[in-house]
Amino acid sequence: MSNVPNELKYISSHEWIRQEDDGTVTIGITDHAQELLGDVVYVELPDVDTDVATEDEIAVVESVKAASDIYAPLSGTIIAINEALEDAPETVNSSPYDDGWMFKMKPSEPSELDNLLDAEAYTNEIDE
Amino acid sequence: MGKQTSLFECHQQAGAKIVDFGGWDMPLNYGSQIEEHHSVRQDAGMFDVSHMTIVEVTGDDAKSYLRFLLANDVDKLKVSGKALYSGMLNENGGVIDDLIVYYIDETNYRVVVNASTREKDLAWMAQQAENFSVSIAENNGYAMIAVQGPNAIEKTNSVLSDTQKAAVEGLGVFVAADTEGYFIARTGYTGEDGYEIMVPVAEAASFWNKLVEAGVAPCGLGARDTLRLEAGMNLYGNDMDENVSPLEANMGWTISWQPEERDFIGKQALLDQKQAGVKNKLVGLVLEGKGVIRAHMKVIAEGVGEGETTSGTMSPTLKKSIGMARIPKEAGEQVMLEIRGKLVPAKVVKPCFVRKGEALV
Repeated sequence: MSNVPNELKYISSHEWIRQEDDGTVTIGITDHAQELLGDVVYVELPDVDTDVATEDEIAVVESVKAASDIYAPLSGTIIAINEALEDAPETVNSSPYDDGWMFKMKPSEPSELDNLLDAEAYTNEIDE
Repeated sequence: MGKQTSLFECHQQAGAKIVDFGGWDMPLNYGSQIEEHHSVRQDAGMFDVSHMTIVEVTGDDAKSYLRFLLANDVDKLKVSGKALYSGMLNENGGVIDDLIVYYIDETNYRVVVNASTREKDLAWMAQQAENFSVSIAENNGYAMIAVQGPNAIEKTNSVLSDTQKAAVEGLGVFVAADTEGYFIARTGYTGEDGYEIMVPVAEAASFWNKLVEAGVAPCGLGARDTLRLEAGMNLYGNDMDENVSPLEANMGWTISWQPEERDFIGKQALLDQKQAGVKNKLVGLVLEGKGVIRAHMKVIAEGVGEGETTSGTMSPTLKKSIGMARIPKEAGEQVMLEIRGKLVPAKVVKPCFVRKGEALV
């Protein structure tokens, strides 16, 4: 059974979103997603300072099997990326919610946060 | 649910992730396919390859039949147990399948073909047998386990009986020993030393478990693919198929042109291709920029033309992305790959990246 932390928000394409105290958000892929992907071998992240809109394809995770797009869960600006993933992409498998985070954003439309799934709703989606 | 091999329960108990492969429920991995890959490069790993099809070709004309059926020449085989790799071609010179044929004696040959091509292979073999005194029969009595890696032979020998051990002592490369119902061949699909073992179905699970106890790591199809690709070995359906000539699939070495008087299916088409000039070649690629090579990416050889990747992965041994591509014959050492809309440089190499644990590129 996949780990779906209660304190995070989710979108159905298997990204998780953590709201930080300073109003920014941190984004990665869920435990369920990394299980589906298998060993991650390469992560391509967006450039810092890029403005993105909800549902833009902004990153790519490549596993031994295939490439998967990562979508922006919110509109806003990329303010940081996890550069450690370049040399250690397998961190996405070993620590999807902590060391395996992918990028941080400053949301431009905070109201979009209401559209995100909570842990229960996401769990229901992946159980189907 | 697909077909299951006699080792299916072993896979389930080991927590394998099961996927469909050519109608068979097969293990993709048992956790991490990268760790499985390293087991084979550094120690010993094993694969259930029981889904592959064993075909017994027997009869007075067995030899003349196979000399007509296959592009390689079974007349090279003189020692019982000796194996030969060959393409089985259609009249146009396209590859129906690649296979291994073992010589037992002049009237007995054992052929191992791919799982995904089983039906069409058997149909083709039967069709071509019409004018020969030969019987073509599938043998379902065996499971097949490939044990591969620098310690594969030693670890396997430790679970064999004394008689079996004596039978495989000093076994040559590409030779099999038929001993106490086991058919043990020094062959493989990983670029490492090891065996491919046909085991009586009833003993398959217990033999598998003995190998586990001897320290051989179960490996799935995922690792099998990255290992064969590092070794530069073709995968049927990816790197060649019925519409591809062996001359454009790095299989020229498997075509036996001598003796000239031997006719084989596809020969005239291959001669015509050579006459007209072979247009493409299958090469290895090492990605020099970021990303991962996958099958069906566009390859651009500047000033020459375009081609396409046929296989690709991130090499666990080299920690670089490698692949195979069919590109114009005149292409040089440097090409560009179109990866997700971006052009990324790649180096063209001989398609053999890793052998016996050593990087070759």
